Amino acid sequence: MKNLFAAVGALVCGVLFLGPAYAAKDTLVVGMVLEPPHLDPTAGAAGAIREVVYANVFQGLTRIDRTGGVKPALAASWTVSRDKLVYTFKLHSGVKFHDGTPFDCAIVKFSYDRATAPGSVNAQKGLFEPIEKTECPDALTAVVSLKRPASNFLFNMGWGDAVMVAPNSVAGNKTNPIGTGPFKFKRWVKGDRVELERNPAYWGTAPALAAVTFRIVPDPSAAAAALMAGDLDAFPNFPAPETLSRFREDKRFTVHLGTTEGETILALNNTRKPYDDVRVRRALAYAVDRQAIITGAMAGTGVAIGSHFAPHHAAYVDLTGAYPHDPAQAKALLAQAGLASGFKAVLKLPPPAYARRGGEIIAAQLAEVGVQVELVPVEWAQWLEQVFKQSDFDMTIISHTEPMDLDIYARDKYYFNYHSDAYKALYQKYLETLDPAGQKELLGLMQRKLSEDEPNVFLFSLPKVGVWNAKVRGLWENSPTQANDVTEVHWAE
Amino acid sequence: MSAFLWRRLAALAVTLAAASAIVFVVLEVLPGDPAAVMLGVGARPDTLAALRHEMSLDLPAALRYVLWVGRLLAGDFGKSYTYGVPVAELIADRVFVSLPLALLAMALSTALAIPLGVVSAARHGRGVDTAVMGFTQIGVAVPNFWLGLLFILLFAVKLAWLPSGGFAGWDAGLWAGVRSLLLPAVTLALPQAAILARVTRASVLETLHEDYVRTARAKGLSRAEALWGHAVRNALIPVVTIMGLQFSFLLAGTIIIENVFSLPGLGRLIFQAIAQRDLIVVKDLIVLLASSVILVNFLVDLAYAALDPRLRGGGDAP
Repeated sequence: MKNLFAAVGALVCGVLFLGPAYAAKDTLVVGMVLEPPHLDPTAGAAGAIREVVYANVFQGLTRIDRTGGVKPALAASWTVSRDKLVYTFKLHSGVKFHDGTPFDCAIVKFSYDRATAPGSVNAQKGLFEPIEKTECPDALTAVVSLKRPASNFLFNMGWGDAVMVAPNSVAGNKTNPIGTGPFKFKRWVKGDRVELERNPAYWGTAPALAAVTFRIVPDPSAAAAALMAGDLDAFPNFPAPETLSRFREDKRFTVHLGTTEGETILALNNTRKPYDDVRVRRALAYAVDRQAIITGAMAGTGVAIGSHFAPHHAAYVDLTGAYPHDPAQAKALLAQAGLASGFKAVLKLPPPAYARRGGEIIAAQLAEVGVQVELVPVEWAQWLEQVFKQSDFDMTIISHTEPMDLDIYARDKYYFNYHSDAYKALYQKYLETLDPAGQKELLGLMQRKLSEDEPNVFLFSLPKVGVWNAKVRGLWENSPTQANDVTEVHWAE
Repeated sequence: MSAFLWRRLAALAVTLAAASAIVFVVLEVLPGDPAAVMLGVGARPDTLAALRHEMSLDLPAALRYVLWVGRLLAGDFGKSYTYGVPVAELIADRVFVSLPLALLAMALSTALAIPLGVVSAARHGRGVDTAVMGFTQIGVAVPNFWLGLLFILLFAVKLAWLPSGGFAGWDAGLWAGVRSLLLPAVTLALPQAAILARVTRASVLETLHEDYVRTARAKGLSRAEALWGHAVRNALIPVVTIMGLQFSFLLAGTIIIENVFSLPGLGRLIFQAIAQRDLIVVKDLIVLLASSVILVNFLVDLAYAALDPRLRGGGDAP
């Protein structure tokens, strides 16, 4: 088998070297599991939309870079007023949309007004909630006034949901996205692939790639085969971790294990008995062996977490030691809560493998401390209806993939029903704090508060498993926001 | 013949009415809100309400049913919730993958199965028969998605003769399109051929024992003439029935093979539409597939009539 792969490798290399006059390759074929439902990131939550268009086709005033930091994009610079309520953005000049429409402050005003309008269908309308108004003193200056301080405002305007769209093309963005980015949309063969090509009129540094194809490969084994056959150059979110050893041994490929913003949790219904008792929630945290779940459900990929925060972030506090795997301690806590003989629970599992496989392992672990878990697999649409919308559940396993989403614990109504005035106060203070050191401290305090209250059992950070051709450079290894940013990708000689 | 046609058309209308009502009710009862699926876990209630209004989901169910059926009768399939493009366009794209794939698989399977089945029956109990039966046993037992993966590993990864999946598109040229469909068609055809060969063999064996075959032989026809001229022709009715069922399956039931080969066919469209609660696509597709099954059955009936003159007569045929 090894000889065979070597032979295939030699063949592939041979073909590459015989290519037209050693010209550097300037196209890339990227695999992805789910097809985007459409291509407008301002009108839908699907991660697959962002994996095609974020940073490539559409840009916002700011952007999230590969480390999770905020960088300027269409705004060249900005200043913030002393009361932290007025943001003045200086816009790049000479920027044009792919159809030639000039980008100026009127576009900024249109994009933000559209997202905040009463009939807006922006999936992250909450991001824009602090905006009071957008004004245009001149074409290249945008002044955004907030209702209240929001320290995460610049970060939030870097999300895919906050990209700039033009009034004359916005209606068609779902099927023919028109942005300001270095790549423009070429065509979409539904069910098969989306093709982008270099935007010759790009205002910034031109990308090295002339064309990018995103191919939809739903089956994990087929994804591995397509890489092996050379039909794909990269699979940034590779779905078959069990085949990684084959790619590690093969010199044609490199394997990249990165982190994401996907906090995977065993969510508990905090208003339902017995989960309203913090002792029970802590007992469940002691009963769960995170490492066994990572090994069993994720083929060893994934990083254990002790609170709702991504490990790659500078403000991350390691709280995984707060509740080590300790069934005896779990039983003691359950006895204190009057549940010495255990209880019954229903665990609803959405389709992803982390939930379905993880659920079986968690059920076995909880059985050891007397909690009898009934596993109920549900479809994604059912999960949204029953668990998310109606809070009709005991426990569920879910990965929260939105970046920096500590706000969900401060909401009045959210599906796991956590309510803590102390936490809300911390979050409010965080929103009002603009200096980085103060922000970092508050982010740490919030993580600790969540670990202490353990509203959900925090399991692990969803990994980003990437496999790509060893000659491909510049793809993101981590995923601070859902994206396949190919603007800096090039082929090594 | 015209009475036969009218009966068929009436059956078509009743079946479609029943199918549309059933699929509508089932999708109503099924939990899951299309707007919630599109907006995900960050959505606020007011955003959800706005999208539901945009999608007309806030209208009463009975009214939505009437509107949908009315539009269908006028030839308007509506617009997909998720893709935001006309459903007719979506389906047309997929039909140009699924239909050629089904035809190719059907042709391969028939070309393989009928000669094998007939030869096997004619050489009943001999080595050829045992070998064919052995192969068909394997063909029926092997899961075809696994077979598909083996084909990919052999022909795409090892030999690099064919693409590992995906569909090049007909605009890339006829050969490019056929190349993308070759492996999936073979994968689909082999298990179908195994079943078809077994049915053909059993059916031919049965007719070989009939009196008219003995009479034909007594009249002086050779073994081969009696076999091909009398036994096989009469044995084809059950074979055609199975072929009709298989073709209906091939049109939309190939979701697993479409997944393995990353093909954008009808099966995957319906699967995605159900998962994303793109209800309008699901409803339209089910009605369309129900009509195609009825159409195939109608063609099968016509084939019966061609094969057996007794069935061409009046309304008293079974």
